[in-house]
Amino acid sequence: MGRITRLKFMRGVSPWAFLAPALLVFAVFKFWPTLYGMFLSFFNVRPYLGNQWIGFDNFTRAFNDPTLFAATWHTLLDAAVTVAASMLIGFFLALLLEGPTLHLRIVRTAAFLPVVTAMVVVAQLWDVLLYPGQYGAVNSVLGAVGVGPQGFLSDPNQALGSVMLVQIWKSAPYDMVIFIAGLAGVDRQLYDAADIDGASAWQRLRYVTIPALRPITTIVLTLGIIRGLRVFTEIFVLTNGGPAGSTETIVTFLYKAGIENNKLGYASAISTMLLIATVVLTCLNLWWRARKDRS
Amino acid sequence: MSTTKTALGIRMPSPRLLRGKIARGVLYLLVLAVFLVPVWSMVATVFSGIPMKSGEISLFPLDFTFNNIIQAWNFGVAVGLFNSVVVVVIGLALQLTVSSLAAYSLARKKFRGMSVVMVLILATMMMPEEVIAIPLYLVLGQIPAPTESGSLLNSFGGLILPLVGWALPIYVLTGFMRNIPLELEESARMDGAGDFRIFWKIILPLCKPALGTCAVFGFLMIWDQYLLPLLVAQTPAKYTLTLIVTSLQSSQELGEGVRLAAALILMVPGVIVYLILQKFFERGLLGGSLKG
Repeated sequence: MGRITRLKFMRGVSPWAFLAPALLVFAVFKFWPTLYGMFLSFFNVRPYLGNQWIGFDNFTRAFNDPTLFAATWHTLLDAAVTVAASMLIGFFLALLLEGPTLHLRIVRTAAFLPVVTAMVVVAQLWDVLLYPGQYGAVNSVLGAVGVGPQGFLSDPNQALGSVMLVQIWKSAPYDMVIFIAGLAGVDRQLYDAADIDGASAWQRLRYVTIPALRPITTIVLTLGIIRGLRVFTEIFVLTNGGPAGSTETIVTFLYKAGIENNKLGYASAISTMLLIATVVLTCLNLWWRARKDRS
Repeated sequence: MSTTKTALGIRMPSPRLLRGKIARGVLYLLVLAVFLVPVWSMVATVFSGIPMKSGEISLFPLDFTFNNIIQAWNFGVAVGLFNSVVVVVIGLALQLTVSSLAAYSLARKKFRGMSVVMVLILATMMMPEEVIAIPLYLVLGQIPAPTESGSLLNSFGGLILPLVGWALPIYVLTGFMRNIPLELEESARMDGAGDFRIFWKIILPLCKPALGTCAVFGFLMIWDQYLLPLLVAQTPAKYTLTLIVTSLQSSQELGEGVRLAAALILMVPGVIVYLILQKFFERGLLGGSLKG
């Protein structure tokens, strides 16, 4: 090979040489399982006996499964409440704790602890704190203000709400940091202009800060919804879907169907539907953002 | 302006400002009570020697002891910690290597198929890993490997390899490398340096801040893994620390101190990494999300 052709060849090959390791791990551990899962959705998966083609049966079954329906409802409710509450609390924390002074930095770092703490640890901690007896930490605090002991995670009416509290405790500070970044990006001159116009603190917030934070709010919202749909660890550790199925979510249901009950084809069909839902949500979000950018 | 003179001529904050200051102080204390006190009570309970009933915690380390830590250590935390450290060290090294190589190509080269690769990789960012957990488990069981199980199940390979490909560091590093001036690279090319040399000697050292960001996020992502080890690790010898911590949850007779001790050991490395690399973390959160 002449030098020139070799150089040309190298130029053509090297981008792929650099990409090869990444493409390999993505192909084997992301794309292939995705496609394989879609493929298995149409089968009754029977280890050792061979898979049996059953068409759309797994999907029809999923649409008629009351447990899955309840799990989907819990997941959506959980996502909606925790996303909204985390954003609201995160926003107020950001307003309260934004600033360069040392004591603000200290409070901020403390508030940020839950974010860098593994979900498993958070779940263990709150499992102890939310102990249903009157000696439980949270019940002692409630007792001090005259409220009787609550069941929390052991009460079917309170379990989902209790899990949400734990999730909000971990995600509100996360949203806070993103909002603080947004606040730092607000044009200071707008504040000065508002002051000159004699705007009150509330008006300044309503007409300057909140509109300026709109793009970041969209990001926090998207991240939150994706976080919400995939909820697994905290539920699995805190309640394992119980009591009486009151905290079953899509992914805990998936785990039980696929791993504990070995209905792998059925679990794959649900995974496929969840994947389609995620893709549709993402596309809607992109389309919505593109449309807003144009207008 | 906002101060009033007292009779003695001491400048005092006006009553309105003072009220605002007190209100803020109360709110700070409330924030600390909500976010710090639970974590603090965990630490205090772990180092308390007095026996606790279920659900009881301590606000101060009464009768200071290391007993809970020692018990937790002997009940699997030692093995779990070892496994988790192996997974996070090898996993993070591979993740950063693979991501920076891919990012160099995506940031600096123009080639046919580039946009397809970009879209495919970014698409996985929107796809929660939980969604493919079940088929991934089956795939891991099919890949032959020189392990006891004959596949990647119940092996370090199965615990590590699925975490190596992650879209976030590729995205962050690609964005960062695009902003490195081309002239630096061109002059090296004049001197006869090849692609890999340029990547290794010029681009990578300039990427240190971005690599720091990716290291924090990658560390926390790998360290927190729960569903993957739950599927892959089938014998306690391969349990990661997250699995050990939840397995202690069901051993009620050990008491709250022991399981919280295991949880604390799981928590500390994450907090340390965050405190050391705090500026990278915040920058990454902002940079990544602002562009996202």
